[in-house]
Amino acid sequence: MTEIRKKILIVDDDMDSLALLKTHVENFGFVTITAESQKEGEEIISREKPDLAIFDLMMENKDSGFILSYKMKKIYPDVPVIIATAVTAETGMIFGLDTEEERNWIKADQYLEKDIRPDQLRREINKLLKI
Amino acid sequence: MNNSAANDIIYPHDLKQIKMAKLKVLIVDDEPGIRSGIVRILHDHSVGFPFLEDDFEFDLIEAETGEQAIEILDNNPIDIVLLDNVLPGIYGIEVLDYINKKGFDTGVMMITSHASLDLAVKATNNGAFNFVPKPFTPQELKAAMENITKHLFLKRMTKKMHKEGKEVRFQFLSVLSHELKSPVNAVEGYLNIMKDKQVGDQIDNYKTMIDRSLERIKGMRTLIMDLLDMTRIESGQKIRDVKPVDLVEIVRIAKDTMEPMAIHRNIKVDFNFDGHCYITGEKGELEIILNNLISNAVKYNKDKGHVFIKLKEENGFVKIIVEDTGIGMSKDDISKLFQEFTRIRNMKTKNITGSGLGLSIVKKLVELNKGEVIVESTPDKGSKFTVTLPTKQ
Repeated sequence: MTEIRKKILIVDDDMDSLALLKTHVENFGFVTITAESQKEGEEIISREKPDLAIFDLMMENKDSGFILSYKMKKIYPDVPVIIATAVTAETGMIFGLDTEEERNWIKADQYLEKDIRPDQLRREINKLLKI
Repeated sequence: MNNSAANDIIYPHDLKQIKMAKLKVLIVDDEPGIRSGIVRILHDHSVGFPFLEDDFEFDLIEAETGEQAIEILDNNPIDIVLLDNVLPGIYGIEVLDYINKKGFDTGVMMITSHASLDLAVKATNNGAFNFVPKPFTPQELKAAMENITKHLFLKRMTKKMHKEGKEVRFQFLSVLSHELKSPVNAVEGYLNIMKDKQVGDQIDNYKTMIDRSLERIKGMRTLIMDLLDMTRIESGQKIRDVKPVDLVEIVRIAKDTMEPMAIHRNIKVDFNFDGHCYITGEKGELEIILNNLISNAVKYNKDKGHVFIKLKEENGFVKIIVEDTGIGMSKDDISKLFQEFTRIRNMKTKNITGSGLGLSIVKKLVELNKGEVIVESTPDKGSKFTVTLPTKQ
């Protein structure tokens, strides 16, 4: 009955957010690979393929999560990507999806608020992995 | 009872002038079940704040389509719209667009089963306050209503105070709440893991989480202290006591305060100055300036590094120079350095706690004392801050 456990890549530059996500995702029964920056995340993507990825939006760049997502989809179009962020109308920060160009490169399968409850997160991951 | 003593204190009766006691809520959803569900949850629900005597109640209006919603919006002032996106005619996002174009003073919350990235981005850019995922629990809806009510209230209060010439910086408050949210989220997350004993029964398993929680709390404390400094500057209420002050004494005290951290990391802080160096200035403010500069020079240094502090008197001005052999920064980083809540984020700074307020405080205070501050820096070599102040203001 041994089944290969799914591997989830988590990239977040807030070490606490990363530790918390890692703990939850591992508790759901997945294996995790983690990175603390966009750069480190890019290195991981270039050498291995995860089953799903969770990217923080703002790291070295305001849109690091989108950049990672774009690069990921280029190599592995079938790997689902979740963008996790604390960006809401509340912070007054906006990012554009107005031009065709922006729409073409910004790709993600799901967009979640960072303080999402663990059970909601599990539901979203399972949905994307079709479990 | 006379309230005129301090006119920038907000009294409850001021707040009540903002017409909000009964909030008109428009529910836009084509499914009757969802509408009646929301009505059931909200009709006897009210939202209260500790600083207000009266709670806010909700007056609920329903619409089945986007077209109907627009008609209602055109004829009634609506405070909050709960907006489904997928509707039979025009979509929710188009209603949002309309509200935005007309400039209605309305808070919009999208109710959606699937917040696709595309929709989330578009809605956020158009001023939707947030999303409630469908299906939602009564608690989730109530929590979302509380948030949007508070947001609306703050927005209206800001507008009102602005009209009265009272400077309240809404943007500042928003960013501040964001800055406080991330450590609170971290600590709350760790505590929940501990509460559920998610990594076993041994307290040692939780050591990192406890340490990190304490670290984040320390960060919040720093932020609060910096905010107090900031408030003191901005309220402009305090009578500034400008008089001759000895900079040598202030540097010595600031240096002593940082000494434990410097010793811990083998950093040598150099300051040799014979005699006194008097300028006319505000002592408390000069202390804050020097504390910030010297603590940065230690914090952003390398182990076994150096900090050089110099005072130079020339032509009626004093230069305070604080130089370090630390991580330095790029030209790009320097341009953002003095903005509020801006911290240079890279691998070298990620373990250093800071509020992102220190240098914007320094800049404000230097300017209050009729001086200027300049920065020179080379990545991996170090930074040099030079504050020039007139000897007599």
